[in-house]
Amino acid sequence: MYNLIGAGLIVIGGGLGLGQIGGKAMESIARQPEASGKIQTAMIIIGALLEGLAFGALILGK
Amino acid sequence: MVAKKSIKYLVVLVLSLTSVLGFASVSDPVQGAEAGDPVDTAEEINSYIKHHLKDAHDFHLYTDNKTGKHYGFSLPVIVWTSKGLKTFMSSAFHHDDSGSVIVNKDDVKLVKIHSKIYELDKGANVVNFDETHHAKNAHAVLDFSITKSVFGMLVTGLLMILLFGLLARGYKKGNVIPKGFSRVLEPLVIYVRDEIARPNIGEKKYKKFMSFLLTVFFFIWILNMLGLTPFGFNVTGQIAVTACLAIFTVVIYMFSGTKDFWAHTLWMPGVPYVLRPVLALVELVGFVIIKPFSLLIRLFANITAGHFVVMSLIALMITLKASFGPVVSTGMSLILSLFIMVIEILVAFLQAFIFTMLSSLFIGMAVEEHDHAH
Repeated sequence: MYNLIGAGLIVIGGGLGLGQIGGKAMESIARQPEASGKIQTAMIIIGALLEGLAFGALILGK
Repeated sequence: MVAKKSIKYLVVLVLSLTSVLGFASVSDPVQGAEAGDPVDTAEEINSYIKHHLKDAHDFHLYTDNKTGKHYGFSLPVIVWTSKGLKTFMSSAFHHDDSGSVIVNKDDVKLVKIHSKIYELDKGANVVNFDETHHAKNAHAVLDFSITKSVFGMLVTGLLMILLFGLLARGYKKGNVIPKGFSRVLEPLVIYVRDEIARPNIGEKKYKKFMSFLLTVFFFIWILNMLGLTPFGFNVTGQIAVTACLAIFTVVIYMFSGTKDFWAHTLWMPGVPYVLRPVLALVELVGFVIIKPFSLLIRLFANITAGHFVVMSLIALMITLKASFGPVVSTGMSLILSLFIMVIEILVAFLQAFIFTMLSSLFIGMAVEEHDHAH
């Protein structure tokens, strides 16, 4: 039961983080479309780091 | 020309449908069980998914529930027991997974329980279980079997040797433009070089690490794609495989670290002396434990979660049959699982990309040279 609540919290946190990353990346691509390649790569890396954190927490909580 | 093209489309369509149908036929035993004696369907589906996510000693494709016949092929079992090396085919277990079939190999009695092979203690003839369903009178053996995952890795390795051997031979012959399938591979190789290795490791040193990065990239990618076929491989979803790949990365960046890297890790310049040992500890834990851990967990969890979702969505056609009827539930599960499958193809590439990207990022951190004086 408690680990399910924890999983929900992890997903909320990860979702907030991913939303921030994605939103800011969108904004910056809209401002500077010519830099979209670089922004996308950086976005994916940070997204992956966040994902690693969230998955680590999920696995540890299981 | 038009006919040739339409044949191509037809082949692609048939292939994509068989992948879905393959999964569908795999879930058949559950349906059969539901029709017979009252079994908890959810429980059955759960155990089926768990079975799929685990490694197996035989290659199980399909079970005909009416005749009880299994389709697939067995793989060699190689175990190191108390009496030395024993080898036999896994068909000796007759698809038993509960420890009731005992294989007697020169006075060594072996059983398979939950996809693991155990050796019975001296004098024991049947496996006794305790309350938690652990075998009491049997112990684990060293298992070097060619399991399904090992088989998948061998297939991938051979495929890579073949494909990249062809590409290399093409260049040796002096072809500037590669022919055939090599045309697909060249842009990918160049992508890994120009987008992953060069910007992260640096112009001067990236060449030394290209072989590792390319191998890891294609190994993970091909295995991820193999996991989406109906053969039911789940190699990159085995934590041992991803852990091994992460350990490779750690060893490589640890041993190629420059003087500057170690100075910055162990005795950070520009920080008060009291803080330096604390920072050294934090940095060391980060490099030795946290970075590889995040690498291995990311790949493992992504692939496992993907397989889990696909299997669950296919199971929808059975769980929703009672409330929505066969046509609606099958259609729903077909559309949803097709949608997830398409996303999984993207994820398969993305995970290979991210693993390679982060590996080269870490290697880049280790081999970076600082020109400025502190």
